[in-house]
Amino acid sequence: MRHTISVLVENKFGVLARIAGLFSARGYNIASLSVSETLDPAISYLIMVVEAGDEKILEQIKKQLNKLIDVITVTDFTKKEHINRELILVKVKYSAKEETELEDILNKYVAKMIQHKGDVAIIEAVDEQEKIKRLLQDLDQFGIKELVRTGRVAMGY
Amino acid sequence: MTGAQILIECLKREGVQVMFGYPGGAVLPIFDRLYDAPLRFILTRHEQGAAHAADGYARATGKVGVCIATSGPGAANLTTGIANAYMDSIPIVAITGQVRTLLIGNDAFQEADITGITRPITKHNYLVKDTKDLARIIREAFYIASTGRPGPVLIDIPVDVQQQDIEFIWPEEVDIRGYKPTYFGHPGQIKKAAKLIAQSKKPIIYAGGGIITSGAHHELKELAEKIQAPVTMTLMGLGGFPGTHGLSLGMLGMHGTAYANHAIMEADLIIAVGARFDDRVTGRLDVFAPHAKIVHIDIDPASISKNVSVDIPIVGDAKNVLGQLSEEIKEVPDTSVWLATVEAWKKKYPLQYKDDVKIKPQYVIEQIYEATGGEAIITTEVGQNQMWACQWYKYNHPRTFISSGGLGTMGFGFPAAMGAKIGCPQSLVFDIAGDGSIQMNIQELATCVSNKINVKVAILNNGYLGMVRQWQELFYKKRYSYTSLYNPDFVKLAESYGAAGIRVTKKEEVRPAIEKALSVDNTVFIDFHIEPEENVFPMVPAGEAINRMIGGMA
Repeated sequence: MRHTISVLVENKFGVLARIAGLFSARGYNIASLSVSETLDPAISYLIMVVEAGDEKILEQIKKQLNKLIDVITVTDFTKKEHINRELILVKVKYSAKEETELEDILNKYVAKMIQHKGDVAIIEAVDEQEKIKRLLQDLDQFGIKELVRTGRVAMGY
Repeated sequence: MTGAQILIECLKREGVQVMFGYPGGAVLPIFDRLYDAPLRFILTRHEQGAAHAADGYARATGKVGVCIATSGPGAANLTTGIANAYMDSIPIVAITGQVRTLLIGNDAFQEADITGITRPITKHNYLVKDTKDLARIIREAFYIASTGRPGPVLIDIPVDVQQQDIEFIWPEEVDIRGYKPTYFGHPGQIKKAAKLIAQSKKPIIYAGGGIITSGAHHELKELAEKIQAPVTMTLMGLGGFPGTHGLSLGMLGMHGTAYANHAIMEADLIIAVGARFDDRVTGRLDVFAPHAKIVHIDIDPASISKNVSVDIPIVGDAKNVLGQLSEEIKEVPDTSVWLATVEAWKKKYPLQYKDDVKIKPQYVIEQIYEATGGEAIITTEVGQNQMWACQWYKYNHPRTFISSGGLGTMGFGFPAAMGAKIGCPQSLVFDIAGDGSIQMNIQELATCVSNKINVKVAILNNGYLGMVRQWQELFYKKRYSYTSLYNPDFVKLAESYGAAGIRVTKKEEVRPAIEKALSVDNTVFIDFHIEPEENVFPMVPAGEAINRMIGGMA
């Protein structure tokens, strides 16, 4: 099961390494990770998505995260009401006659073409995971040249 | 003040009286200040010895142990000692020198990323990049090391940070928003636990190192006597409950007593206090204590439900929670039938060994116990010597048994004995060693002699890495692969350092040799030539249920 975990931490060097170390020491991969400052520049937000094979190990990792001196709070969004979003940039190749078709697809999503040169367009999309997945499937017919994504961010109520 | 002066001033204000360490290029400014500092400095002969000595000092006194080493190899040599303290939750502060801030990351001479290396084996660590942060960091380090679940904290200080001259400001308060340990148990949980205890018929208290850390030995005794429950201890918990008390079952687990293991497997309620259900204690997990409800008291929430699932978790300091619990319990269970059963196991399966004309290690430890009136501080190395020391010496006071529990570090006992002796100069300190382990930090003989640290070392010399050999005998068809040792003449070796040495090859020489060692005002090595293939029994084979013991009993 995929878990979205947010961690409020002191904005100091080495904190990310401490957190990553808890996962790597147990052979856990972090699927996505997003880190940034909060309104208070002394505090950072870390939001990560992890695939937990064993819930007990994940529970242990959350407790270990809480034990880190630089960690202020740990929230697992998985069982909480929350919204999540991810921003992607995707480079596609298309021909002039495919342009309307591409635009039709983009209109179905929170997505837009932000730049194009010749037959290459860079598209930006912001949405939740399921929709991003469908958008990428729809764009597949044009040939995706490159994809970068920010990783998931989430917010509870 | 320079960074180095600030460090010394902060150590003074933290009440540090003694420090163990080794100089080097990246700590020269600090050592220059140590030259006339108002604290005792013990120059060890290896940085690992310094870390273990700080650890032994902390275990014997309850204070924070402090060690120092230079950058690179010096710092790296501390790591085994730091990992050892981490596994056993021992408060030490390790100070390391680092190359100049401008050189960090440049593969400078004697550079190692020691905060990176020690990240998984410290409770917390710091790289000080600015002298103005130094006082706050030292204050935090001592606070973090000694509170909550204690542990080692490392402070890495680059040379230029040691040299920079700034105004010294002592931070009066420590406030770390991400670190607020819970010290008192939740009243609702305490009520539930009290109810379970009242309903139980076969309760047992399983006490770990947390009893000793929090100084909860009085509260533990009070609770055990109030509810008339037998008490079994982990290796780390020995001394937390008097070993000679009628309710004591001694140690449980892989080399625990048969009666402790039977009792825990038959119990209907386990009250675990400051213990963590380690694999050496539980044996095969899925069949561990099948009839028992579990109350688990621990200051570290991450220890609870880590290995076994718990019915009533109580996060808090052992001393406080046991006090709360005793107060809450109005109705005590009737455990007379249960205690009779336990007593029958004690009679049926006592700890035993076949005495002989040869020197049996168990006999040696019994003799040390008698000669010291059970009042010595015993440290151990790791392996058979350690298990025999657990089984055959009875510890009646906390902080009198000092042993590497979690990490199982050979070479720990001798430097730890040194640290314990410095912390408790009035106590008699005995290291129970093996011929393998003692050679892992034998260089500390020079430290003992030159600083007049008078410790006694009983080498149970069987010419083998005994515990490994025992496993090879039992599980690897007696193929003794690289476990037979060529040893030096330990008597001459001790003498060459200026210590005393006694060789014992006959049983009747055992007690006189111990008496003689006690009468000599010097560090003494007693080289006991014991029965070479004696095994530690009882023993639970790895991965077996803990009541499936082999050797010398049912």
